[in-house]
This record gives sequence, C-alpha cells and structure tokens, in this order.
Amino acid sequence: MASLEEEFTLSSIVLSTGSEGLLGVEQSSKTDQFLVTDNGRTVILYKVSDQKPLGSWSVKQGQIITCPAVCNFQTGEYIVVHDNKVLRIWNNEDVNLDKVFKATLSAEVYRILSVQGAEPLVLFKEGAVRGLEALLAEPQQKIETVISDEEVIKWTKFFIVFRHPVLIFITEKHGNYFAYVQMFNSRVLSKYTILFGQNENSYIESFTASVDRKFISLMSLSSDGCIYETLVPIRPTDPEKNQSLVRSLLFKAVVSGNTRHGTALTVLDQDHVAVLGSPLAASKECLSVWNIKFQTLQTSKELPQGTSGQLWYYGENVFMLHGRSLTVIPYKCEVSSLAGALGKLKHSQDPGTHVVPHFVNWEAPQECGLGAQNSEQSRRILRRRKMEMSLQPEVPPSKQLLSAIMKDSEKHIEVELRKFLAVKQTPDFHTVIGDTVTGLLERCKAEPSFYPRNCLMQLTQTHVLSYSLCPDLMEIALQKKDVQLLQLCLRHFPDIPELVTCACLKIFLSIADDSLEETDVNMESVFDCSNSVHDEKMEEQTEILQNGFNPEEDKCNKCDQELNEKPQAKTKETTSCPVIPKRAALLNAILHSAYSETFLLPHLKDIPAQHITLFLKYLYFLYLKCSENATLTLPGIHPPTLNQIMDWICLLLDANFTVVVMMPEAKRLLINLYKLVKSQISVYSELNKIEVSFRELQKLNQEKNNRGLYSIEVLELF
Amino acid sequence: MGEFKVHRVRFFNYVPSAIRCVAYNNQSNRLAVSRTDGTVEIYNLSANYFQEKFFPGHESRATEALCWAEGQRLFSAGLNGEIIEYDLQALNIKYAMDAFGGPIWSMAASPSGSQLLVGCEDGSVKLFQITPDKIQFERNFDRQKSRILSLSWHPSGTHVAAGSIDYISVFDVKSGSTVHKMIVDRQYMGVSKRKCIVWGVAFLSDGTVISVDSAGKVQFWDSATGTLVKSHLIANADVQSIAVANQEDSFVVGTAEGTVFHFQLVPVTSNSSEKQWVRTKPFQHHTHDVRTVAHSPTSLISGGTDTHLVIRPLMEKVEVKNYDAALRKITFPHRRLISCSRKRQLLLFQFAHHLELWRLGSTVATGKNGDILPLSKNADHLLYLKTKGPENIICSCISPCGSWIAYSTASRFFLYRLNYEHDNISLKRVSKMPAFLRSALQILFSEDSTKLFVASNLGALHIVQLSGGSFKHLHAFQPQSGTVEAMCLLAVSPDGNWLAASGTSAGVHVYNVKQLKLHCTVPAYNFPVTAMAIAPNANNLVIAHSDQQVFEYSIPDKHYTDWSRTVQKHGFHHLWLQRDTPITHISFHPKRPMHILLHDAYMFCIIDKSLPLPNDKTLLYNPFPPTNESDVVQRRTAHAFKISKIYKPLLFMDLLDERTLVAVERPLDDIIAQLPPPIKKKKFGT
Repeated sequence: MASLEEEFTLSSIVLSTGSEGLLGVEQSSKTDQFLVTDNGRTVILYKVSDQKPLGSWSVKQGQIITCPAVCNFQTGEYIVVHDNKVLRIWNNEDVNLDKVFKATLSAEVYRILSVQGAEPLVLFKEGAVRGLEALLAEPQQKIETVISDEEVIKWTKFFIVFRHPVLIFITEKHGNYFAYVQMFNSRVLSKYTILFGQNENSYIESFTASVDRKFISLMSLSSDGCIYETLVPIRPTDPEKNQSLVRSLLFKAVVSGNTRHGTALTVLDQDHVAVLGSPLAASKECLSVWNIKFQTLQTSKELPQGTSGQLWYYGENVFMLHGRSLTVIPYKCEVSSLAGALGKLKHSQDPGTHVVPHFVNWEAPQECGLGAQNSEQSRRILRRRKMEMSLQPEVPPSKQLLSAIMKDSEKHIEVELRKFLAVKQTPDFHTVIGDTVTGLLERCKAEPSFYPRNCLMQLTQTHVLSYSLCPDLMEIALQKKDVQLLQLCLRHFPDIPELVTCACLKIFLSIADDSLEETDVNMESVFDCSNSVHDEKMEEQTEILQNGFNPEEDKCNKCDQELNEKPQAKTKETTSCPVIPKRAALLNAILHSAYSETFLLPHLKDIPAQHITLFLKYLYFLYLKCSENATLTLPGIHPPTLNQIMDWICLLLDANFTVVVMMPEAKRLLINLYKLVKSQISVYSELNKIEVSFRELQKLNQEKNNRGLYSIEVLELF
Repeated sequence: MGEFKVHRVRFFNYVPSAIRCVAYNNQSNRLAVSRTDGTVEIYNLSANYFQEKFFPGHESRATEALCWAEGQRLFSAGLNGEIIEYDLQALNIKYAMDAFGGPIWSMAASPSGSQLLVGCEDGSVKLFQITPDKIQFERNFDRQKSRILSLSWHPSGTHVAAGSIDYISVFDVKSGSTVHKMIVDRQYMGVSKRKCIVWGVAFLSDGTVISVDSAGKVQFWDSATGTLVKSHLIANADVQSIAVANQEDSFVVGTAEGTVFHFQLVPVTSNSSEKQWVRTKPFQHHTHDVRTVAHSPTSLISGGTDTHLVIRPLMEKVEVKNYDAALRKITFPHRRLISCSRKRQLLLFQFAHHLELWRLGSTVATGKNGDILPLSKNADHLLYLKTKGPENIICSCISPCGSWIAYSTASRFFLYRLNYEHDNISLKRVSKMPAFLRSALQILFSEDSTKLFVASNLGALHIVQLSGGSFKHLHAFQPQSGTVEAMCLLAVSPDGNWLAASGTSAGVHVYNVKQLKLHCTVPAYNFPVTAMAIAPNANNLVIAHSDQQVFEYSIPDKHYTDWSRTVQKHGFHHLWLQRDTPITHISFHPKRPMHILLHDAYMFCIIDKSLPLPNDKTLLYNPFPPTNESDVVQRRTAHAFKISKIYKPLLFMDLLDERTLVAVERPLDDIIAQLPPPIKKKKFGT
C-alpha cells in the first residue's frame, strides 16, 4: 500500500525564488544529498536525512543561473550553466563559483542531464546534444540546429536502457507536441508527433516518463486534468520517416485544470504516480498518489500554502515547494498484508485523505493493453472506433443520464434514470450507477433544495451500491430525515459503519409519530399485531409454559408479587406493541443490520434515555412474541430473529444501564428483563440437564448397537 | 469372493499408557515418545510415521524427560533418579546412571550436544559431560529451594533457564551461579493460588525466556534484566508444555484442557522489521492434558493423557499439499499384541504386565451377510498369566497347536507348556532356560509347533527344538559380522523350511532352516518392513512396507514374483497408498493360493492375485454388494482388492480355518472410558 509519510521542510528557503518556483532539484553522487538550484543565483547542496544544507554556491551579481546544477556522477563534480552559455564545473571544496572552471559555449544550453553510470549530456536549446567531455575538449565548436524555428523544448529526460543512454525531449510548436528520442549507441535521432486523439484543445501541463524494456512510457498531465500515456518506442522502426504517436487516456480528471501554478506529475514506481494539483471539488492543492493498475487513489496530502506546481522524485523522497519552503515528503510503498490492513483499519476517515469516488469498469478492456502496437496500427484502431461510434444511431441513455444530472430538473432526471434502468444491464452498468449517484449527491450538496428522492431510492434498489461507494447518500438522507431511504439503505448496503447505524436508530426513535404516518415505509418485517384475539389466547399459554419453565415455580422475590398485583397491567403491557407499526418496521431494519459490538457500544451511549427505554420496551415485546411459539420465531416475512433481539437488549443495557436504572419509568421494564434473564438461565440449566439425560440415552442406545464383547457374524466379501 | 464367519472380539481390554514426553530429532527426522509406563517408542517421520523401534517399560522407571544429544543418542531421565541411555541399534538400555539428586524432573541437552543438564527434586541442577560411551558428572549449579521442573539452554550455550515452583532462575553455565530470579505471579483469575508451577521454559537466542505455568499463562521474560515483558493468559487450567521451532519464529504450547496453541513471530506490519509474538492457531485434538509438545520444521506434535500422539502439519510449511499434509493421530502400537492358535481357536493377548488366554466360542447357525449368529458357546477366559518382576513384556506368542506359550521381558525369557484335559488347563513352566535366551524381541513358533524361533536383542536368531515337555537348542544364526542390528520381525514358511527375519533398516534375510544357513537377502528398500509372511506351497515371501507398498518375493527363485513386478509397474491405487496406519499382519488362505489376507487398523483386505489390479479411476472400496447388475458388469468392475471396513480399530485379524476369521477390535470409546475424566468444560453459556 502506497503511503506518504510525514512531510518535513528542508529549510524555509530564503532563496530568491519568486512565485516561479525552483529551477530544479537534482541528485548528487551521494544518496541522501541533493542539489537544489533556485531561480536566481544560488545552488545549495542538502542532506535530506539531516535536513540541513551542506554547501551553498552563488554566481556573481548580475549573472543568472539558467540551468539547474547537476552532478557528474563519474567525477563527483557539479556542473551548472549561467547566462545560458557559461558552463561552470566545481566540487565540494570550492567556495567561490567565480574561481572555478569555466567554459563559454557557442550556443544556449537548455539543460545538462546526468544519470548514474553515464557521461553527462548537454542539451542545447536548438535540440543538439553533446557529451560533456567532447564539449569541453572544444567549447567553441559549432552546434547544429535540430528543431525547427519556434519549436521550444518543453521537457527532457535521460535514461539508461540496456546500458545505453537514451535521451528523450519534448518540443512544442503552435500547440503541437513532438517527441525526439536520441539513441547514443546508434546516434539515431527519431522524431515523433504526438497526436492528441479526442481532446484537441487542451495543452499539456506536465510530463513524466518511465522506461520499460522496449518503450518509454511517457505520461502527460493535460490541462483538462486527465493523465494520458504515450508509448514511445526506443528502437525506431524507420528513423527516416516522421512517425506519430497516439496517446491513450490513463486516468480521467485527476486534477482540475484551474490551479494557480499549474499541476505536476511524476512516476513513483511501476504502479504509482504522484500528482500535484487541486482535486476536483476542493480548492486547495493536494499531492495525491494514484495506483495506475487499479486506478485508485492511494493517499493524498493537502498542501494549504500552495505550491509552485513542480515536483521531483528521487529515491523515496518527493520534493516540492510548499509555500516558500522546500518540502520533502517520504514516499513508501510497502507490500500490503492482511494483518497490516487489519491493524490499520481506522474507524473514521483520515482527515487528510480525500476519497474521490472513481468507478472502474473491470470488464471493459484496458486501453494500456494496446501499448505494444506501433502507432500505425493504433491509428487504424482509432479510426475503426470512430466509425463504430458514428454507426450508433443515438447517444446511449447512460450518457444522457449523466449529462442530465448536472442541470436538469428532478422530474427529467427521473425519466432519464427510468430509461436507463429499463435497458437491460449494460456492461458499464456499475460504473454508470456509481457515477450517477456521485453526481446526484454532489448536486444535492451544492443545491440544498435539490433532493431527487425517487431517483436515489431507485438507485439504492439496484443492489449495486454500497456504503463505501457513496457515504454521502446516507449522510444526506440523515439530514433530510428520510426514513424510507434510510430503511432501504440499511437493507441493501452491506457495509454501514456502526456510527451511521446508530444515527439511523436515533432518527427512527425520535421522529414524531405523525410524520411517520406520512411516510411509505416497507412493512414486511412487521407482523400484524392487531390480531389480538389470537394473541391473548397465546398469552394464556405463556404464563404456564414460558419456554418450558414456569416462573411461578421460583418463589423468589417481591417483584413477582408486584407483578401479580397488576396482572391486568401486565397483560396489557405484553400484548400491545409499544411503538406504531411503521416505527416497528424501521427498528426491525436496525435489528437486521450487521454490526460489531465494540464499535457500536460507544455510539449507543449517545441515545437519550427515554428513547432507550422505548426501544427496550419494543425489544421486550418482541421477545415475548417470540417465546410465544414453539419455534421461537416471529411471524411475518422477514422478522428479526430471537438472537438479534437478545443481542440488542444486551447491547442497550450494557451501554446505558446506569442511566436506565435511575429512571422510574424504566423500573418495570428492568424487572421484566431481570425475570427474562432468570428464565433464560433456568432454561439453560434445564438444557444442561437434558443434555446429560440425552447422553445417557445415547449410551443406552450405543449399548444396544454394541454387539457386546463377543459375537460371531457373517461377512461376505464381494 | 467368499463368505466368512467372523469372530468379532472386543474383550481385549488394552489401554495404551499416557504419553509423557516427546523429543524430535531434526537430523534423522525421528520422534522419540515416552509413556508413563516407561516405554520409549521411536517413530520415523520420514517413513510414513512408522513406529520402528521401541524400548519396553519398567514399573519403577517413570520417564519425566527425554532428549536427543550428540546427534542420534537418546537419553531419558525419570523419577527413580536415573539417567538412561538407549542403544538404538541393539534396542536395549545401554546404561543407567544415578544422578544422586532425587527424582529427576527435567533434562536438557546443550545446543552443541556435548553436555546434559538435569533438574532434580532437591533443587539441584547437575551438569554432565557426554563422553563417547557414557556420561560423566561435571558439577552442580547453585542449589535452588525447590524442584527444577523445566530446563532450557540458551542457543549459545552460555546460559540456562530453569523453571521451578513460583520462580524461574537463569544460570550462567561457566560459573554455575544464578544470574536472575524471576518470580512468577501466583494470581490466577484474580484468585491467589497456593503455588505457581513453571511447567516449561524456553530460552531464545535474543535472550527472551518464555515460560508456561500452572496459572494458565504464557509469559515472556527479558533474561538480561529479569523482567516480565509480556503475558498471555491462554487457559483456565495448567499450561504444561512448550516447544520452540529451530528458527525461533514459532512455538507451541499444550494445556491441561487438551488445547494446543500455536504462537508465531509475526511482523507488526508487512515489511517492517518489528515483530511480535501472536497467538495464531488453537488446535483441539486432545480430550485430556497435553503433557508434551514438540515442534518439527513442518509440524506440531503433541501427546498427553489421552494416549494419542497427534502430528499436525503446518500448512504454510508444507510444500506439496498431498496426503502427508493431513493430520495424523497415532493411538495403537504398530506391532502385534495378539497371537492366535488356529487349531484350538485360542487368542493370546499381551498386556504390559500380564498375558490373557481366551478360547473363542462357537455357533452352529448359519446366516447371510451381516447377520449376528446365536452363540452355542461363549468365549472363555482360560488363563491370566502375570509376569514376575517390574519389567514390561516385550513380545509373546502362542504356538499354533496351542500347547506352548512363550514371552519375554527385557531380562528374562519364559516358556510354558499347556496341558488340556477336558475343560481343565494346567500350566507348567519350562525351567532352566539357557543363558543366551535372556531377552527376545520377537518369538515365533513353526506351523507344526515343533520349533521355536527367537530373535534375541543381540542380533542372533535362535532355533529351538520342542518335543514333549523339553526343548533342545538347535542352532543360532549369528548376525553378519560387525552389525548388532536387532531383528524385529520373523516369518516362517508353513512347511518349516524357510525363516525370514527383518531388522529395522537392513533388508530381509531368508534362512534355510533345514540346512541352517543364510539362503538369500531380499534387496533393501527405503522404508521399514511392517509385516511379512511366507505363503504355503509356493513359498513366496509377502512383505508390507511402511509406505504401503506390498512386495512378493519368491524364496526358491530368489527374485520378485511376476505378480509383484506387475503391481510395481501398475502402481497401487492412490487410496491404498494414502492409508495412514501400517499393515500389521499378513496371512494366507490354505485352500486359495491366490489370496493374500492383510489388515491395518482401519481395514481388512483380501488381495486376489488372479483379478486385475484397480487403477485410480476405479472404486477401491465398495461396501455394497452387487445388486442386479449383469455378470459382465460385475466382472469388469471386480478388482484384486477386496476390502472390508466393518471392523475398526482393528488390532488383529487372522484366518482360523477356511471359512472362519477372527477379528480383534478395540473401540476408542472403551479406551476413553478407562481414562481419568477430563477437565470439565462448560456448555450452554452457563
């Protein structure tokens, strides 16, 4: 599970950084030490684990560093370029940059690139590339122009593939992007045009790349907030021809495009990318880690002071400018284990994380699977797809539905939803339902008056949703006191947290009877208790039987007498249900819901005492009804079971005993419950006795089967 | 196939004695088990858990501790204050040595295997040096105030933890002085008990001492500081045993409630180096106290008062999920305790300290399959023969004619002559046994009861001629030069010409009794022999091995028979190979030379060599008779293995005559009924 650890500041950089951010952060020859180049004149070497600078070098007043300092891993020296053309090389012992080695070049440098195990390369703004050694041997050599006029290098990266250096750089010209791949073993430069596909009018904000065996996977974050992936072949098939590459959508709308300082993207490892920018709803910037394989958000960190829209990642550390200070966030991706997950299972959500619901359709083929084909082929596929699209006569109902959610009236949405549900389940049914609910709920939050009750009910009944998919649904229903929807949710969602169950219970107990009457609650779990004739008849029986145990037998205490004094009252109490049928139905929904005792108990303490007594009375009533018949079940289609009733009685008493015991009106109830427990105990002791008798019977039976110690039998083998 | 009258005998009142200690030897993958009567058994875990050796018990020798040292040497110590070393080749006791510290409660071999430590009743901990042929007392550690119930060495051999009553001491081995004394809480469920007995300790290489005690706790101590680190309350009764895996990543404890708990060292989160001990799995395979546990690399082994030896493989350690990964419960010995006289229909039962002779009843009625026939005469208990002396009986035999009984203890050999006069029996001991017949591992009479074959524990095979009331020593086959390996199994051909003898590891030797010389040796096989017999007329030797293979070897031709080769080529049915008890007896039908009768504890089988062998797709065991299937179908599905599982657990089965079988069963319920009552557990939540 990928996680971001606690961030720390390297130093509130008093760098002359404006809002433009840093020029760059680069690795040095020692792990843990990094070169930070600011936008002005300074290069600082930091040791991250100590959070302190080891050295700082500045160029003269009037000069300006134009290219971030890098380390030559072969010699351990540092290289920087100032004023576009002046190259400086120094090492740790040097103090003054003015006095170190200097070489003036004949063309403007875009960037110096250095990786472990290779000679540093100098990339010029015109696209030419030179090895550092060759360049230093003859600094004034002529530098050719590779890229055309008005083409600007946007981004570059240097890889070692199979021990051969490979350089990729991206240029832009009038909104078109080109990728150049320079192979150094063959000295071949290949140029590719990046085709945008569907979304033509967005521009690319940030690039990152990782290298696979045959491809450079170039990921780009577009201004529309989506991440695209382009696979750039390392070995060109036909270097002469200008080839084009198609980019495929990897993630939809990860960030919103309107961040102040732009967004940034970097690959963390094979499966994870880090994205800097504002997520859709929130306005604050966030660093979020996404899993590409499962398309899920793994973790995110809010950065309230704003960033410069730059992101670097080296050796488990993510660097960025947070506010005015250089911040390091260690990134870890540990292999998840169940034990670990269980141990970390938190009841409430981490306030730092923002779960952006994102629904993935596992059945649909993944686009990345096409990666192995060359551009020609994928273009063909694209064309075919387009044709298929045009063949379809009309927009599918799912699209219409999704578009309707955002603006149309409740009525219209309902019509659209019905239309969608009427169609046989499409392969992307889950996804659409998920998106629909999220859309609806987002709109509900935005517009307090908007509450598409029927739609939500219909969606809940699709059996597709669960609590974790749309936690907002129950929250809104709780706000609106929509008991009917809550009942539905309790019934259909398998994963409701105890906190929410308890909140539902509170509402079900506190809602007024008359407002309940108006609602249309599902009553199938409630049996008809108006059939009193039958009940009374049964009641007589209970007094004698009561689980095979006669309460009059134990001639214990006053409470018995007290009860006997008012036999009338007792009969009345036990026969009439203490709550109206609709409330009973709602409470039954609570009884049916799944819970874990430890998590539920603390929340039960928050329920007011009179509601507790009411609920207890109802449970006691149910218990009596249960014990009336031999099978110990309640009549009805889906009634609560005896175990559920008993468990809830215990839970309620455990949580609120001190409160209930002080209430005069609960006294009778407690006495009844006390008797109930006593009768249970005696039932169990009877069971123990029966068990012993049964065992004896079994023994007798065995002896009968037992052919004694000796017998002569006939055996035939076949 | 045939209809038999079966004498179904359940009056063999055999109760195995409780298991006291187990010790696992990693080097040879063998398990030593000691029982409360002093018997020590060696199980070969590589050979399908076969009990390949045993040392008979002794009344005064209650074993309290058992350990392997210096590789393959086995030591035990007990309440008589003696340390005993066993000779695993000759199957006898090498020597016994008094430790002079009163009853010994615990013993532990040093990690290097060169030193032995015993904890005594008087509170002394004694260090012995193991010399190549003996042990030598070296010195005492600081005397403690009460008995030392458990001992454990630190893996480096520098320190020792000793569990006593109410406290644990840590000794420095060099100086012998107490470094720390860790007091165990007497509190038990909030009530202060009189004493807290530390039943077991384990010293880990990081200095942690794990203790188990009578208050139901498993506790972790830091031996450097002498402080309690962690405590797990796992039982309402005593926790009596502990064993740690070699890698120190898991250990196992056994409680008096019959539960075995597995603890594992688990990382707190994945990939993190911080680890903690977590109680992972409870196993309830016992009904009574689990007195002892052992931890092999792949399984948890436990034994206790309920007499079962339970071997529970750890699924995560088992590489191949085959039948070896299944739970094993070993209750009955893998040797014969019963012999029978066909002529007089007598059964001789062997118990630890006595023999019982029974005469089977009879019936005149006939019936169909499954019928119980009315008895015209019930079975009679003829004789109760108590041994002299404290030693357990090793082996016994009754001659086929029923007029001789022989048995042996570890130091004496007894031969009795029985006389039958109408309903009266008279018993006469044959006195003046020769000196070389001191102790026998196996006794066998020839079919005509004129010869007695004795496998002595020195490796020699003696042939004794019996006539009238006297005997004459005929010959002794001495073991091959240099070897002292004891012969455990004997088989003689019905014509009395051939004698086959098998040891624990080497192959089966066949001797010519007429010419008194070694005839041939059956090629050695990887797995020990569990049973063998020589077929009449053809003189084919049928050998069953612990991996459930059955071979047939022609003695006159000195090679495996064609049928045996066919079987090996074809392979046995997979269900046949998956049986988990060994074949303990093989016999033949006198009139049907193609039939081999054999049985293990859970089935009885007649192999008909004339029928085709079953392949893995055919049904091996079909309890139902063919109904109205046509003859063709029946012939097609019929195969060589005719199996009956009606009688179980089956300790003995033999053919009395052509149409009569005798089956001796020992139902588990009858054994349980004779055990002490287990700790009562509550039911129904009261």
